[in-house]
Amino acid sequence: MNTQGSLVVAALAVAFTFFISGCGDGAWNNPHPADEAGKNILYSNFSGPPKHLDPVISYSSDEGRFIDQIYDPPLQYHYLKRPFELEPNTLAQMPEIVYLDAEGNEVPSESPELAYSDYFFELTPGTYYQPHPAFALDETGESIYAFESADDAAPFRTLSDFSETGTRELIAEDYAYQLKRLADPTLLSPIRGLMSEYILGMNEFADIAKQARDAQGEGEWLDLRTLDFSGVEVIDRYRFRIRLKGKYPQFSYWLAFHFFAPIPFEADRFYSMPGMADRNITLDWYPVGTGPYMMTRNDPNEAIVLEKNPNYRDDFYPAEGEIADRAAGLLDDAGQKIPFIDKVVYRLEKESIPLWSKFLQGYYDRSGIASDSFDQAISVGSEGIGLSDEMRERGITLDVAVTPGTYYFGFNMLDDVIGDTGTADERERKRLLRQAIAIIYDQEEYISIFYNGRGETAMSPIPPGIFGYQKGQEGLNDSVFDWIDGEAVRKSTEVARDLMVKAGYPDGRDADTGEPLVLNLDTVGSGGSAAQSWLIKQFKKIGIQLNIRGTDYNRFKDKMKAGNAQLFQWGWLADYPDAENFLFLLYGPNGQVVTQGAGVNSSNFDNARYNELFEEMKLMENSPERMEIIREMLDILHHEMPWASSFHPHSYVLNNAWVYNSKPHGISKSVLKYLRIDPEQRARMQAEWNSPVLWPLLLVAVIVLVTALPGYLAYRRRLNHRIRPLGGDK
Amino acid sequence: MLAYIIRRLVYAIPILIGVNLLTFALFFVVNTPDQMARVQLGDKHVTEDAVQEWKAQRGYDKPLLINGEADGAEVFIDTIFFEKSLSLFVLDFGKSDAGRNIAADIEQRMWPSLAVALPTFIIGISVNIAFALFVVMFRASIFDTSAMILCVGLMSVSGVFYVIAGQFFFAKEWSLVPISGYLGGADAWRFLLLPVTIGVISGIGGGTRLYRTLFLEEANKDYVRTARAKGVAELTVLFRHILPNGMIPILTSVVVVIPSLFMGSLLVESFFGIPGLGSYTLDAIQSQDFAIVRSMVFLGSVLYIIGLLLTDISYTLVDPRVRLS
Repeated sequence: MNTQGSLVVAALAVAFTFFISGCGDGAWNNPHPADEAGKNILYSNFSGPPKHLDPVISYSSDEGRFIDQIYDPPLQYHYLKRPFELEPNTLAQMPEIVYLDAEGNEVPSESPELAYSDYFFELTPGTYYQPHPAFALDETGESIYAFESADDAAPFRTLSDFSETGTRELIAEDYAYQLKRLADPTLLSPIRGLMSEYILGMNEFADIAKQARDAQGEGEWLDLRTLDFSGVEVIDRYRFRIRLKGKYPQFSYWLAFHFFAPIPFEADRFYSMPGMADRNITLDWYPVGTGPYMMTRNDPNEAIVLEKNPNYRDDFYPAEGEIADRAAGLLDDAGQKIPFIDKVVYRLEKESIPLWSKFLQGYYDRSGIASDSFDQAISVGSEGIGLSDEMRERGITLDVAVTPGTYYFGFNMLDDVIGDTGTADERERKRLLRQAIAIIYDQEEYISIFYNGRGETAMSPIPPGIFGYQKGQEGLNDSVFDWIDGEAVRKSTEVARDLMVKAGYPDGRDADTGEPLVLNLDTVGSGGSAAQSWLIKQFKKIGIQLNIRGTDYNRFKDKMKAGNAQLFQWGWLADYPDAENFLFLLYGPNGQVVTQGAGVNSSNFDNARYNELFEEMKLMENSPERMEIIREMLDILHHEMPWASSFHPHSYVLNNAWVYNSKPHGISKSVLKYLRIDPEQRARMQAEWNSPVLWPLLLVAVIVLVTALPGYLAYRRRLNHRIRPLGGDK
Repeated sequence: MLAYIIRRLVYAIPILIGVNLLTFALFFVVNTPDQMARVQLGDKHVTEDAVQEWKAQRGYDKPLLINGEADGAEVFIDTIFFEKSLSLFVLDFGKSDAGRNIAADIEQRMWPSLAVALPTFIIGISVNIAFALFVVMFRASIFDTSAMILCVGLMSVSGVFYVIAGQFFFAKEWSLVPISGYLGGADAWRFLLLPVTIGVISGIGGGTRLYRTLFLEEANKDYVRTARAKGVAELTVLFRHILPNGMIPILTSVVVVIPSLFMGSLLVESFFGIPGLGSYTLDAIQSQDFAIVRSMVFLGSVLYIIGLLLTDISYTLVDPRVRLS
């Protein structure tokens, strides 16, 4: 081999050695840094960057999974108990509620004179904020970081560039400060409109805050402590009061939301300093809380990291739960100090294939199940749905829970063909048409085909686990189902055809004109998907021609807002576990059209009796009387059929063998502090599952050599080729 | 040459205005400011007041292109188009509609994009040129035919297939590299190995065929025949004579993309979880963030214009006959 060839071989050898040595002792395909091996770190993923992390703005579960570990609202949900139960979080006890009349005199909760509800809160002393530069003080007690111009902020590119940090105790003023932020119109809190209906003085405060902002210079910090909010009173260091207009029992659930988490004024001041927003150093990006974790890295293009808050208060794993929890080992850690996990790393994973592969390699601790991985993960047998043998061999466990939500196929009740419009006779015929469609819309088949069986047909908007849900025959939607041999059986297509005759559409044709009945489904995306073909087939059972009108999301929303859609599919995930949060989906004043798109009643269903019952029900505590009202409301829905069908989806979560204490909580996202992992077991399994296979590298090298060698030989032959003169040497 | 460069830069201004106007028109034909507000504010409890406040805070409460209620120059100035466009010409991208500083985001995301694109580009070009020269050396032989069949085969396979196959075999079955992800610093190479290799291999087919055609044209010229007749070694003929003379058309396709390298690749970055700029624009379109869309389109146009300018300049470097005037 010549010198050049030797050099190439030597270079390849060096590169190969570098590759081998660079891979270290651990698995070569480990996507996490080698120095994290064996540490108490939970690895998870996210599919898209969170838009907002400011607790007053954020309203997405994708964001809640981060900030709900950081922020401490006054209340929280019990981790294990079902039905869902609220308990104090930073409070010494549950808020005391006092009802008042217009003059401020105390009245009973059922009094017709009731004008206000006062919620009294008392904090447990000794709760401290995470270390944060906003609290860093010098010897004189002044903030170390007090920039007067954007130039002062120039050396700081991320929050971690601020070397000095501090902390301070959580006080009642911090909760009041957040309530003022909630009311501040410039912050665009999504629940400001809703809360201003209940919290006294919220609209007035919004005006005051707006005026104050207009009066000051652009970018200047507005200290909201200086502005009065009549509905919020700080009584002393640890106590405060919120005054509501009238009675709003669901308010307690909102108190477990991050919207009501405390924000220290120091943080607001810190992030309002000149130059901070230009570097994306904002409260919307770097949360400040008293919760079990703190965000130490926010790089949503790559990874988001939460680390244990060293100042977190004494908090312990629950000692009570459901009966099955003890057998499932969910009470083994009862009374232990939480959180268990030191650090949580969320990595951006946009594609489902790499995500699933990494879970199977042991590099992610938990995973959902995408449709294309379902058959590998789950086996469906005569005993029902369970883990596949492959998953069992790996020690993977499965959490299944009904998501507190409802997906539905709705009718626009303002529509002339299908809605609740016209004379009494016309309305009845349209009702029969809706009922016929509801019968032939085979929800069970839809769930089986398009959701891999992960869901259950709904008999009402209220999902299991929520007060108002009725099981079995009691809850049966008898317009669509019959109760036969102890189970709900969908009425036959014949029944639907008979209803079509009564509705004036025998065989799907108008009895007067003979014209075929054509209905339009407005949906996002283009036509032609398998689900849409399935839908067309369903409607064909009774002769209806279904026309799919695909459009983009904006147009679809516009159609819904204007009431121009005819049939549509929509869904709702609960804010809180109360029947009101589902039944308001059909409350008349919440109609999309009457609220200019702000309402949640996409069907524009408006039934006077239903509305009346809803108004009564929403003010009641859970009781047999409330249940009776809910029953009557559901009977109205079963009769009127504003939705053709609906279902409650099931959530499936897989846990690797080293994950403990996992129990799905459909409402709360603040569950990370209860999880525990065994990092040593994980390291062992990762090494076992990811041993590198080297023969392909050798094979590639051989192929390259075998391919290159003839070329090299041919090249050498060409170089040595000599032109011989005609006739040979003379 | 300086006069030429200045002239080209001046010509760029109306082009950039046109690009900006086109982006603006296309975006607002599909999205209205009200719809943008609703996308940003979410689905639940969005009131009309909140929509109006969102628009007012971000300057979307003004007329789009012409303000009929204003007088004089304000007719054009007091509009969304003017206010959102002007700052771009001093490369002030401002904030996204979600409130993030766009320049800071670009600065952060360009490095991972470059980390993938630059080695893929350099190694890819080198391999393609070397392979094309090798094929040219054995033109009209069994080597040439085999290589062209291989190239057509490589070109016929979808890029997604290379990615999925690479991930399946090298990362999943053989556990040699991470299947996706990215870590900065010294760990980065482990995550770049597979995407760069796939990027290079998937480009060999097209690149080699193009360069082979260019080199073949040169290889049949008189000066090459003369060099061979003089007894110049084959490698010297290829690299000293054919390659420099074949560089002009190569430069046309290569130099123009150099400035755009940091814009990243959507496919590679998405599948390999590289936190680069590749998906930045697409994500912005999906979230109807006009501020990012206009910034990225503008930046792309600027870089393309710079690329074309660099191409012209590079002609003068490789071909002394070319003069810019």
